[in-house]
Amino acid sequence: MSFSILGTGSALPERVVTNEELSHMVDTSDAWIRTRTGIRERRVCSSETVTELACQAAAKALTDSGCTAAELDLIICATISADYATPSMACILQDKLGAHCPAFDINAACTGFLYALDIAAGYFARKADQKILVVAAEAMSRLIDWQDRSTCVLFGDGAGAAVLGAGDGLLAIRTGAKGSIAPLYAPSSWGNSPFYTGNSAQPYLVMEGQEVFRFAVTSMVQTVEDVLAQTGVRKEELAWVLPHQANIRIIDAALSRLKIGSEKCLTNIADHGNTSAACAAILLDEANRAGKLKKGDLLAMTAFGGGLTTGACILRWDK
Amino acid sequence: MSTLDKVVEILVEAKDLEADKITEASTWDDLGLDSLDTVELVMNMEDAFGISLEMTEDMKTVGDVVKAIDAAK
Repeated sequence: MSFSILGTGSALPERVVTNEELSHMVDTSDAWIRTRTGIRERRVCSSETVTELACQAAAKALTDSGCTAAELDLIICATISADYATPSMACILQDKLGAHCPAFDINAACTGFLYALDIAAGYFARKADQKILVVAAEAMSRLIDWQDRSTCVLFGDGAGAAVLGAGDGLLAIRTGAKGSIAPLYAPSSWGNSPFYTGNSAQPYLVMEGQEVFRFAVTSMVQTVEDVLAQTGVRKEELAWVLPHQANIRIIDAALSRLKIGSEKCLTNIADHGNTSAACAAILLDEANRAGKLKKGDLLAMTAFGGGLTTGACILRWDK
Repeated sequence: MSTLDKVVEILVEAKDLEADKITEASTWDDLGLDSLDTVELVMNMEDAFGISLEMTEDMKTVGDVVKAIDAAK
């Protein structure tokens, strides 16, 4: 009921948007954004589509894994901002990469990558020897209101991917949800039906920061404690913690409650902001490529997001 | 230790504030704390006092929080 990560990849749009640039668009400042969120800059799609980013990340992950697209048994994409409602991002990737396997998207917002790993673990339980591509890709720049200073400074675009193969690197995974619209929501297309008489959803992402903060900190602490207990891994045995990159203050508050030192925590929020589901996958790939992950390292990943959803896992790096 | 003393201790520990500058009349603004700081502090108080606190608009000062904690005990 497990797998090992064979390779990772990520891709970011070329366009960098700094806090300074945002301060000319909305009433904010570099100092305010940095101290309140830990974000310095983010990447935003200009000419790229999110499908293109997903495709680049997937291709890099395949190369890193030494697998070919033709060997894939399944493609799962985690996204809330795909270019199309149908075909799924995963089906478009199947075509572009030259794979022949089943492919589908899932939506668990910022927890999407962990949910996708959990689903993949189920497929591995059915057949241990196979290869699954998991991609998390987002263009959050299309969901947010660029005139709302409380949200537009927080998000960025990007994609990350991992190729999973036979192995027992996933030691434990846990996902959870506490369904509720109000704390964090973003609309989908409502079309132009002449028959619908109700109200339309408001057009952009809305977030109630205080409620999300509270859920984020409590759920990350709880899920990490759960997977640690399930595996018997002690905190001091963890090589790295990879938390969702929404706000450095959420990360700090969760780490201090978990009594895990910040030196064990990987972050990239300063450079990328919150890329929703893609955060975890990009963070993992950047650590892999920077040579930070040693064979046998124990990693704790944890996330929370719209839904509200949450999750955590303990992974042994087997590469 | 009074509730106020404990609340001051939590504020000092979590937010690096100076204890002698905190009074019951201090507002979050006076202390330079924003909305996320206040949520975090409420969570810290819940842990410290073993209670459940509802953060409301009326909780504007340290004294308001002390009252809410005493009521929840």
